[in-house]
Amino acid sequence: MYEFNYHRATSIADAAAKLGQGDDPTLMAGGMTLIPTLKQRLAMPSDVVHVGGIADLAGISVEGDTLVIGAMTTHDTVANSDVVKSAIPALADLAGGIGDPMVRNRGTIGGSVANNDPAADYPAGLLGLGAIVVTNKREIAADDFFTAMFETALEEGEILTAVKFPTPKRAAYVKFPNPASRYAVVGVIVAEAADGIRVAVTGAAPSVFRHTAMEQALTAKFSADSVKGLAGDATNMNSDIHASAEYRAHLVGVMARRAVAAIA
Amino acid sequence: MPAVSMTVNGKPVSGEVEGRTLLVQFLREHLSLTGTHVGCDTTQCGACAVHVDGKAVKSCTYLALMAEGCEITTIEGLASGDELHPMQEAFRQNHGLQCGFCTPGMIMSGVALAERNGAPSEQETREWLEGNLCRCTGYHNIVKSIMAGARAMSGQS
Repeated sequence: MYEFNYHRATSIADAAAKLGQGDDPTLMAGGMTLIPTLKQRLAMPSDVVHVGGIADLAGISVEGDTLVIGAMTTHDTVANSDVVKSAIPALADLAGGIGDPMVRNRGTIGGSVANNDPAADYPAGLLGLGAIVVTNKREIAADDFFTAMFETALEEGEILTAVKFPTPKRAAYVKFPNPASRYAVVGVIVAEAADGIRVAVTGAAPSVFRHTAMEQALTAKFSADSVKGLAGDATNMNSDIHASAEYRAHLVGVMARRAVAAIA
Repeated sequence: MPAVSMTVNGKPVSGEVEGRTLLVQFLREHLSLTGTHVGCDTTQCGACAVHVDGKAVKSCTYLALMAEGCEITTIEGLASGDELHPMQEAFRQNHGLQCGFCTPGMIMSGVALAERNGAPSEQETREWLEGNLCRCTGYHNIVKSIMAGARAMSGQS
């Protein structure tokens, strides 16, 4: 790691002020991605502003038909929350499948969402459930938030504070995990929301995406057979040492059928 | 350099560290608590597992400065004098180690499981160990050890 100045933020305002200092500051939530990135010298921030300890940013509540999860809520907390299990069990399942127990004790929903790793689970959860990302400046629909590989709509100095999930009628997330990292080689969420069927895919392409062909087929007939043959074009999919593009395209279909079967 | 203070195995400690100093480096190199191991240094193997405020974390992916004011427990903090902690004793009884390199992390992870679930099943134990790698035992006796240690910790035989 290159050396940096470490700052512990005590509030959102304090974090925003500390982000305004230094040549090239960065935010850190649980550090489960940033610290390994720093170790590999893939980033060289002048200042690391740690927001993981801000109490106001952690917590889970239900407001009407909406589940609100604070940005610094850990995966372990979400996975074991009775509130989440009752409101959106698919989201508790998703959080419980990230990394391993010790990683889940540190990693947070806000860190995962802001990082937008193409193989991360939460981006699929947000997009598939039609969530709203709340920042210290505005609210952004998940449909507009995940813009490209490791890129989001967050602006310089903008801090993610919470995620709002409308409670779906039913939903399931199924992934094919990399056996070492537990990142999704491919993960698919299928949800029946108030505004219709949503299908989101992570791990397969440079960024999480909605699978509109499957959404239309499932709207016509909600059955695992409806998505057969719709997996997608391998030319748009990732190919790496873990899986070829063709294999990922195949897995999109398999994971989608399993997700539909889980809730049909 | 910034100063950091924390409680390690019940004792208040402090030191001067860099921003980039990892908690595991602080434990091993500043405090000479070398029971916590660095295996992969990439957040995968769990040999560096310690407890921070009661939760198991990988100390190779945790900055020393993040631990300011925290209560840390390492493998050195488990035994009471010459009496092994029940999880350590279970590893001894069940031959839960061969080379011993992963053992501190396995035990710290096992204690964290036992604190959550006093009678974990084999399946629950194996799933819990997703973040702890062993290259000797094939896990079989480690799983037996943790299941026995959890029951001993919760007062079951």
